[in-house]
Amino acid sequence: MAELLSIDEALVNIEDGMEIMIGGFMAIGTPENVIDRIVDKNIKDLTIIANDTAEPDEGIGKLIVNRQIKKVVATHIGLNPETGKQMNNKEIEVELIPQGTLAEKIRAAGAGLGGILTPTGIGTIVEEGKEKKTINGEDYLLELPISADIALIKAWKADKKGNLVYRKSARNFNPVMATAADLVIVEVENLVEIGEIDPDDVMTPAAFVDIIVEVN
Amino acid sequence: MDKKLKREVIAKRIAQELNDGDIVNLGIGMPTMVGDYVPADIDITLQSENGFLGLGPAPEKGKEDKDLGNAGGQPVTIKEGGAFFDSTTSFGIIRGGHVDRTVLGALQIDENGNLANWMIPGKLVPGMGGAMDLVVGARQVIIASEHTIKGKPKILKECSLPLTAKGEVDLIVTEMAVIKVTDDGLLLKEYNSDFTVEEIIDATEADLIIPDDLKEMQIN
Repeated sequence: MAELLSIDEALVNIEDGMEIMIGGFMAIGTPENVIDRIVDKNIKDLTIIANDTAEPDEGIGKLIVNRQIKKVVATHIGLNPETGKQMNNKEIEVELIPQGTLAEKIRAAGAGLGGILTPTGIGTIVEEGKEKKTINGEDYLLELPISADIALIKAWKADKKGNLVYRKSARNFNPVMATAADLVIVEVENLVEIGEIDPDDVMTPAAFVDIIVEVN
Repeated sequence: MDKKLKREVIAKRIAQELNDGDIVNLGIGMPTMVGDYVPADIDITLQSENGFLGLGPAPEKGKEDKDLGNAGGQPVTIKEGGAFFDSTTSFGIIRGGHVDRTVLGALQIDENGNLANWMIPGKLVPGMGGAMDLVVGARQVIIASEHTIKGKPKILKECSLPLTAKGEVDLIVTEMAVIKVTDDGLLLKEYNSDFTVEEIIDATEADLIIPDDLKEMQIN
């Protein structure tokens, strides 16, 4: 059963230098309230694994602007000029991964797989240093699992056991990231009693969730 | 031809390539404009790689939903019959060949169907986002691009920028021409009658195959 904590109680688990997955896509589905407290507490030297770095004034963008990130693993940073600036000044390391590959690398880690084979990136610089396999005449890249110390997830609704429901396009990377970190912290808009979410409607089962913080 | 008209010509011509029932992913920028010119009798479903099918137009001001955006993070709507899903399902749809067509922009395209559109080393490194998966997975890859940049060709013998994918481009639509990528090279299928064929050849670094049945682009 997930623990119900305040944001500050939950953040006791986050230390300088940790690897953190953060859900969301251009800040839609990003746990903004948790991020705001990480900014306040100035936790530093973080490695962030996320789809993007949003814009400077939202979501992960705030951690970039406040210079709390050492390395970003993402698919796209183009809509946050501050990320590009810090990358060009060698103040931040950026590793770019194709979006579908990032999702599958995370899924592999969460699902106990040793990696996945994808055609994406064949013939490009993405294939550099990676093992290739030919299967039924097609070339694939072996992409290895990627996990994290912490996953910061945003859900629209949760019951007190930790079963989660996402809303609209705020789902994105949240469900898969919830499977692939040592500690999963979920920012929840609507907390309900056990039994109030139909088991058929659960998108992330409570087995993946460690800590719930209610913000509404 | 000014930039606005060029983009309109390209978007209108690409819209004619779409078939009733298609599932289509449109890239950010000019490709998104294609959605504005889809003929009324054609029903297509737009896929948004951040996690849904049934992408609709921007909402009226004041009716934005904080939980609903396109792949650029802009507020959008979802149409009746649409569906939300997570990123693994979204890219399963893309890589698995369930997207009929994708329309993307380009920095460079070459005569082997190679595409470069995600970085200029040392200058601009926005990242590939979903583009590498889209060009590999979509059944047809259509490039929406101005024919030249600052007067220099974008359709080359060989891309010099880092590739997005190798040999995946099927069709190139510019304000000057419609060009098909074939095993024998680039086939000029249609020309815009605002230009001569010689002007198109001059504006293209790659060799163009000029067929006997070369047609005029029809733009309404």
